[in-house]
Amino acid sequence: MSITLVQVIVGGLLLGAVYALFSSGLTLIWGMMNVVNFAHGDFVMLGMYTAVVVWTALGGGPWASVPIAAILIATLGVLSYFLLVRHIMKGPMLAQILGTFGLALFLRYATFWFFGANFHSLPDTVVGGSFELWTIRFEGSRVLAGGMGLAITLALHLILTRTAIGSRMLAVSEDATAAQLMGIRPQHMQALAWGMAGAATGIAGTLIAMFFPTSPTAGEGLAILAFVTVSFGGFGSVLGALVAGLIIGVVESLSSYLVGPVYKDVIVYVLFVLVLWFRPQGLMGKA
Amino acid sequence: MTTATRRALTAGAALLMLGLTGGAFAQQPVKIGVIYPLSGNSASAGNYSKMAIEVGADVVNNGDPELGKIMPLAKGGGLPGLKGAKVQLIFADNQGTPAAGQNQALRLISEEKVVALIGAYQSGITLTASAISERHGIPFLTAESVASNLTERGFKWFFRTTPVAVDFARAYSLFLKEQKAAGQKTNNIAIVHENTEYGNSVASVIAEVFAKDGLNVSQKIAYSANSSDVQPQVLQLKEKNPDVVIFISYTSDAILYTKTMKELNWKPAIMIADDAGFNDPSFVKSMAPLVEGLISRSAYAAGKPGTVPALFNALYKKKTNGDDLDDVSARGLQGFLVMADAINRAGSTDPAKIRDALMATDLKADQMVTGYDGVKFDAKGQNVLASSLVTQMRGGQYLGIWPKARATADVILPYKGW
Repeated sequence: MSITLVQVIVGGLLLGAVYALFSSGLTLIWGMMNVVNFAHGDFVMLGMYTAVVVWTALGGGPWASVPIAAILIATLGVLSYFLLVRHIMKGPMLAQILGTFGLALFLRYATFWFFGANFHSLPDTVVGGSFELWTIRFEGSRVLAGGMGLAITLALHLILTRTAIGSRMLAVSEDATAAQLMGIRPQHMQALAWGMAGAATGIAGTLIAMFFPTSPTAGEGLAILAFVTVSFGGFGSVLGALVAGLIIGVVESLSSYLVGPVYKDVIVYVLFVLVLWFRPQGLMGKA
Repeated sequence: MTTATRRALTAGAALLMLGLTGGAFAQQPVKIGVIYPLSGNSASAGNYSKMAIEVGADVVNNGDPELGKIMPLAKGGGLPGLKGAKVQLIFADNQGTPAAGQNQALRLISEEKVVALIGAYQSGITLTASAISERHGIPFLTAESVASNLTERGFKWFFRTTPVAVDFARAYSLFLKEQKAAGQKTNNIAIVHENTEYGNSVASVIAEVFAKDGLNVSQKIAYSANSSDVQPQVLQLKEKNPDVVIFISYTSDAILYTKTMKELNWKPAIMIADDAGFNDPSFVKSMAPLVEGLISRSAYAAGKPGTVPALFNALYKKKTNGDDLDDVSARGLQGFLVMADAINRAGSTDPAKIRDALMATDLKADQMVTGYDGVKFDAKGQNVLASSLVTQMRGGQYLGIWPKARATADVILPYKGW
């Protein structure tokens, strides 16, 4: 296998880890309460703007912007839950879809109004350039993003499956009434899920901002990727999102390199349809 | 809306208009529709052009003492040919999609009753939007879409002020041959282009012209402008290692390519970027240190003090809080001024008369914001006096380097990058 091909696969894996990270928040909310958050891509976009603002106002790199974005977007998530989602959940399915979709447009155009349409990109110096290892080049920003993506997605998975709070959240998602009889407050758990999802999404945004230009519409394309990753991996499964993210990243890079960049989406989506054909619940979703 | 409220609103609007124009016999304003990407991937370019055109309308409506000495339309008081009617701009957002551009053109014509249209930045959107204006018999002027087929459709109502792909393909070709003669390697040329109307058509025109001129295009890479990752493409380039790479890109992809090339540590000896994304102020602001020595093209070069470009640039700078006119915004403004001139000479808001006046346009070089030799349309609606300058990125701004007669700096090669 040629060095270039290895380089392409490494790039694909790092990209996939980031896909996994920004998809995990979406899958978490779905798993908890069967709500699809259409504003997800715009949460990512706001995370990106946080990184830009932290950089330009405070001169801080990812070490400062990661916690700030996590707190900010988590707050946004909890607020969206209490002010919007909690209410529209009582309504018909269409109200849920349009409710979060409206939130998405609101966030996008509020950003547009506030920051303007210009592209912002973080200077190179934020995460120093790239380095070479066994003749493979690694880009600092992507290694950091991929590594953190992997770590945070795994951490989310462990919190859900191995801790008491995770069990309580899962209990609410299985049967909210039964959980309430056991002394768990479903609203608290659901708000917590929105907070955790927001934090993961905010972090994903700051990491993506290191190599992807930030603009009010940046979330649009990312949201589609997140939806594909989540249904590919199985709605509600954080581990599924991780595996699906990595697969999509590598398939995208390889097909883009071997076949041509205009065909890569065709190949990714054919694969996506095939997976759903044979496993409608996704790779790791529950049937 | 009830009839009563509608009447009240109309009356209110009429009163407002009277107030604005300040007179009982004030002329109806002349409505010009302007379609630009005000949201979506190219929104930053669209918004800069919008501001440039607003500056132009302000100069026509309210005048500017300095410009008034050079330009007949800059004396203030609107369009003298229409008894001082003011110009009213109606902006519409094409959202970066051909379908939205088409809908907006239809809305501007049927609901806003505009007398002429200007737009739409992306060639693919100009294609669909101008088809609507052709059907309704409304003049459409594009100031920046360069895809060659736009003027090959036999349209009667379509005009284009900007130089087209074949003009700058020739400029690049002559420029590269000169560099070859000076000892630069130009044996293998790669073209990397986004895959909508703009990228596809410019890439194929450049390939054609180069083939005729004996320049070898060895690699052509088409990609989608909203890609989130371009590493595989830079690796394709790195593997073939061409001497010259020509990029035809919009803004976000231009930023991605620039960053990825640095991260993968690869650069060609000569890198050419066909304007567009690489000239966007938001690209230049953040990426200039990574593309030192990049070759591009521009129709705009800041002129000497007291000339039309310099005076407009000062007004624009004030409006944008410090941004200079760039190639795209200057061409947009130029398009608007040509339209205003035609409507003024038509002396009427009848679209057919405006079309005839456009056909008769004969503006001289000293009236130009851009560096054109003037504006004069051929039967297809193409400006035959359009020309462009080859520029090079030097310490954060593009300087004119070719042709020699209009150059303000010497060429420095090979490409330095970062």
